[in-house]
Amino acid sequence: MVAVELQQVTKLFGRFAALRSVSAEFLSGRCYAIFGENGAGKSTLLRVIAGLARPTSGKIIFPGPQETLRQTIGYVAHASMLYDELSAMENLRYFGALYGIQNEQKMAAAIRAVGLDPNLERHVGEYSQGMRQRLSLARMLMHDPEILLLDEPFSNLDVASAHEIAELIRKLRDQGKTILVVTHQAANLADVANQSLLFSQGQLLRIESGIAAANSGSSTREGAAR
Amino acid sequence: MKPSLIIFSLLTLALLVWGFHQAIFVAPTEATMGDIQRIFYYHVPSAFAAFACFFVNLAASLAYLKTRNARADALALASAQVGVVFCTIVLITGPLWARPVWGIWWTWDARLTSTLLLWLIYVSYLLLRRFSHAGSMPVLAAVLAVFGSVDVVFVYMSIRWFRTQHPQPVLAGEPGSGLAPEMLHAFFINLIAFSAFGALLVWVRYLLERQQQRVEELHAHAAVGGAL
Amino acid sequence: MSGLFHITRATLAKDLRLEWRSKDATNGMLFFALLVVVIFSFAFEPTAEEARRIIGGLVWMAFLFASTMALNQSWARELRNQVLDGFRCSPAPANALFLGKTIGNFIFVCLLEVVVAPLFVVFFNLHALGDVFLLIPLFLLGTWALIVNGTFFAAMSLRTRTRELMLPLLLFPISVPALLAMVGATTAIFTGESSPSLPLKFLAVYDIVFTTVSLLLFETVLHAE
Repeated sequence: MVAVELQQVTKLFGRFAALRSVSAEFLSGRCYAIFGENGAGKSTLLRVIAGLARPTSGKIIFPGPQETLRQTIGYVAHASMLYDELSAMENLRYFGALYGIQNEQKMAAAIRAVGLDPNLERHVGEYSQGMRQRLSLARMLMHDPEILLLDEPFSNLDVASAHEIAELIRKLRDQGKTILVVTHQAANLADVANQSLLFSQGQLLRIESGIAAANSGSSTREGAAR
Repeated sequence: MKPSLIIFSLLTLALLVWGFHQAIFVAPTEATMGDIQRIFYYHVPSAFAAFACFFVNLAASLAYLKTRNARADALALASAQVGVVFCTIVLITGPLWARPVWGIWWTWDARLTSTLLLWLIYVSYLLLRRFSHAGSMPVLAAVLAVFGSVDVVFVYMSIRWFRTQHPQPVLAGEPGSGLAPEMLHAFFINLIAFSAFGALLVWVRYLLERQQQRVEELHAHAAVGGAL
Repeated sequence: MSGLFHITRATLAKDLRLEWRSKDATNGMLFFALLVVVIFSFAFEPTAEEARRIIGGLVWMAFLFASTMALNQSWARELRNQVLDGFRCSPAPANALFLGKTIGNFIFVCLLEVVVAPLFVVFFNLHALGDVFLLIPLFLLGTWALIVNGTFFAAMSLRTRTRELMLPLLLFPISVPALLAMVGATTAIFTGESSPSLPLKFLAVYDIVFTTVSLLLFETVLHAE
């Protein structure tokens, strides 16, 4: 089932084209790895799907109704999107409220699922980078989105933690979620990513199975396909 | 240049020349104030032109919020800039008139003070346009225009009601204060002339802005590599 | 609708908790307001009669400047760690954020006023000749007028290059009618020479109109790129 489809999406910031006529289809129960050099448009792609940036032209099509759209999309950015002066549970209580979630068990479960302790009173500002990264993931998992957009989730994580997160992604994929992961560390998604997309200068260059696109050169320009 | 623009420019020029002749040579000298009163033929029409411009700005801003059409934004910018210019003329001619006649530079006349506030609001509007990030600028400016327009009503009332400790000289005279027919004649010609002049300036500025927008569009098109 | 109420309350609670822990705005704001009172006391040495006439202008200027500090801080908090993006991609209604922020700012500035107003009374040896209790609705209505527009314009300023400078540039002209009414009412209450009822009614209407306009347009501003 198509979870989200992009039709010739272009995003301009003034004269800079962050995305150029990108067309792609993302299915449920699949994980997509997104590679490309810095400034290739990978983060912009996620932001446009998340609704944080409006496409200059082109369409983004979701199957469900407009009203519940934001409820079903989860976004994790490079920035933590957490309040430094609040504890983990306090942060999740606030963000939970935004998604209509009052059940503290769900919040605690999400925190545990990323390997953190929900009873930790420490303020997030005192967490290590890795812990903040994980809590940001928990913030997203809490409202159980169908489409997960992860922008460099493995940065700041040691090998063991990265492996745990990759396993978590695999589990979520097998539950039928659609997962897009922007990353520079292809190895983490070996056996987890169904397909990989290579971006360069705002264009979708090629789509390969697994994580093969990470190693592809950017010499040829391929059209968009499944 | 479009022929209609040329014709309108010539017409406006003719009206302005006629208006000048009427104001300076034909209209009789005012009994109590003397020749300085002739500023009236510029002061009031400028105010009228300024308010008309700001009204156009409000309409264009609302249109932009509804349609997000770049033309509406261009018109909003043009009318705001021209409006500020006319507003400045009102604020300069006011003191120039008040000083010889009443011996004071500034009078807290409700209308003059409202014009000052309007000037401040629209200058802040232009500053917002200058300092915003490019993508969000038209929307933010349009929203501010709505706030400013709503505020204008309150401005006038608040100055009338809450700054009346001292008796105020009213610059343009109370309605019904009887202008001689020749003065009225000169006044109306200048009113029409300034309105035409204002419309001309807005039109030209609008065309300039549209050109600028088209250049940006071309750049954007090039940036996308013609893939649009 | 219930979503709006809950999220507004959650936003308000979060802001109060954050401010309590960091005291970013309150410390700066309080000290600044104190400085303003002291400097005004040095700059103006009015007689008792003069003091009653000018206190309106002095007090509201002090609160206006102090408010801009609180307002800037309030939104600056949402920019750290891109927390505002977290809100924007959620299904929460934009007005919940606006109301939560506005009410939070309102509470802070009211607390500030409670602390600073007595200082004015002390330094200027003020004695009100009119109905002092009317000062309460005046302060509430006047503060709301400044804060509702201030919160809105501070949000707009987030998208500008000169963020902290932009707020006063936008807020001060638009607030002039409200300021005239506030000053007028304060003077009326202290001098006892006229009734403050007209300015108070004016403020009430101003508050209702601008709160409505803000609520109608906030979503547009929040999602403007």
